[in-house]
Amino acid sequence: MTFAQKMTTFLFAGCMASGLAAQENTPLLAQSCAGCHGQAGEGVGAIPTIAGYDRDAFITVWEEFRNNERQATIMNRIAPGYTDDEVSILADYFASIK
Amino acid sequence: MSRLTRRSFGALIGATSASLATPGLLRAQNAGRLVIIGGGFGGASAARFARINYPEVEVTLVEPWPSFITCPYGNLILGGKRTLPQITHSYDGLRARGVDVVQDRAADIDYTAKTVTLESGSVLDYDKLIVSPGIGLRWDAIEGYDESAAQIFPHAWMGGDGSQISTLRQQLEDMPQGGVVGISIPGNPFRCPPGPYERISMIAHYLKEANPTAKIMAFDAKEGFSKQGLFEDAWGELYGDMIEWIPASGDGQIVRVDVENKLFISEFGEEHRVDVGNVIPPQYAASIVRDTGLADESGWVPVDARTFAAASVSDVHVIGDANIAAPLPKSGYVANSTSKVAVAAALAEVTGRDAPADPVYFNTCYSHGGDDYGFSVVGVYRTTDEGFVETPDSGGISPRGPLSELADNRRLEAGYADAWYESITRDMFS
Repeated sequence: MTFAQKMTTFLFAGCMASGLAAQENTPLLAQSCAGCHGQAGEGVGAIPTIAGYDRDAFITVWEEFRNNERQATIMNRIAPGYTDDEVSILADYFASIK
Repeated sequence: MSRLTRRSFGALIGATSASLATPGLLRAQNAGRLVIIGGGFGGASAARFARINYPEVEVTLVEPWPSFITCPYGNLILGGKRTLPQITHSYDGLRARGVDVVQDRAADIDYTAKTVTLESGSVLDYDKLIVSPGIGLRWDAIEGYDESAAQIFPHAWMGGDGSQISTLRQQLEDMPQGGVVGISIPGNPFRCPPGPYERISMIAHYLKEANPTAKIMAFDAKEGFSKQGLFEDAWGELYGDMIEWIPASGDGQIVRVDVENKLFISEFGEEHRVDVGNVIPPQYAASIVRDTGLADESGWVPVDARTFAAASVSDVHVIGDANIAAPLPKSGYVANSTSKVAVAAALAEVTGRDAPADPVYFNTCYSHGGDDYGFSVVGVYRTTDEGFVETPDSGGISPRGPLSELADNRRLEAGYADAWYESITRDMFS
């Protein structure tokens, strides 16, 4: 991970204070996930919860989506668009949400 | 209201609301003033994101309408699957977070003095300005189509007070059996590229039960459109021969309308009588950015791909449909996801925090073809010194094939579309 990427990742790390910690601490990269999965990965309706997802499992599942080895509607089109470093950022973030 | 009064009033409201909201908001909002013009997918998302992540910044949102009616899911009103209240959203959630929501229209911007003058005469000072005003309709583009003609042939392409989409729905209900619905669709670029075709689908969905001998004639100024194969599959599978789509090469471009005689007139002079006419006119950015010199000759605003800063002035970022960000589509999802990068970029200087480094932009557009029949297009985008680029080997459309093989996929995506709507509107207004 480059310095710049780390800075992006932890852009909001300094502002955890309230009960909105999960939202305040969201890396910008994960903001794109919020449009469907919810701000804190809580899942909405038919869209799965990804908050609290085991980090290693997240990376494995992402890899399966990327290689079309896992049944999917749209994640198999999204997954190839992100690098391994970016997937690690997402995995860390969603695993960190209680 | 004077400048000082306006500002003091905002600070007072902000402080009062903050004390009701979260402890994080009790921090003084003294790092700077962020003013956001437009409370739609870009502006409301920006306001909420700024309030949560930059509690030290004062956030003011200027929006002329008292509540927001989404364009996404408006087509489902035509299909009888949603009602207007179900797609109407209050700004009270943003107020409770401490956003100063000002119901007024931005009339002018002084980019040197860094002020926004409102229609009421109030003047807002800003340190950073985010402009997300959406589109304007080119009333001069189709002869005979002006604001009064839009009462007869609604465009239903801006939420506004909801009357446009409600009028179109009522006209469909009142149409005689076997009537003709005409739809005029513009060339690129325009708001929501798959929107007209979802609209065709939802109108057909309604007519299939209510008026099964009716016809839909869709006149297009283009040769092709977003998710075309998927839409045409859906039309064939669900609606028989009810829908006829006429591309530009088939004389599909409508250049004149005659509302008195209910006529669409094509580029080559063919007159088409319609019972219900929906004219989606060509578009450009809303007047506030055209009148203040932000837009270029295309009518849209060029922006920096990493920050959404306007090319021609300082301290101003333009997000949503009003900017030029191709290949990013003019979609609600893009307005929402890019708003956060724009806020982080805008506020880095006033808060001393880091600006985003290498942003990744993301879009998903779902469309409904019918009941339990959804599909999507996905895009992942990055930046280069030249602008926005699609990430290779990613994104794309839902699989095509016979409904008998893809029914589960279509049903799941229809459910995901509903959940997307719920989720993204929470990300704007809760």
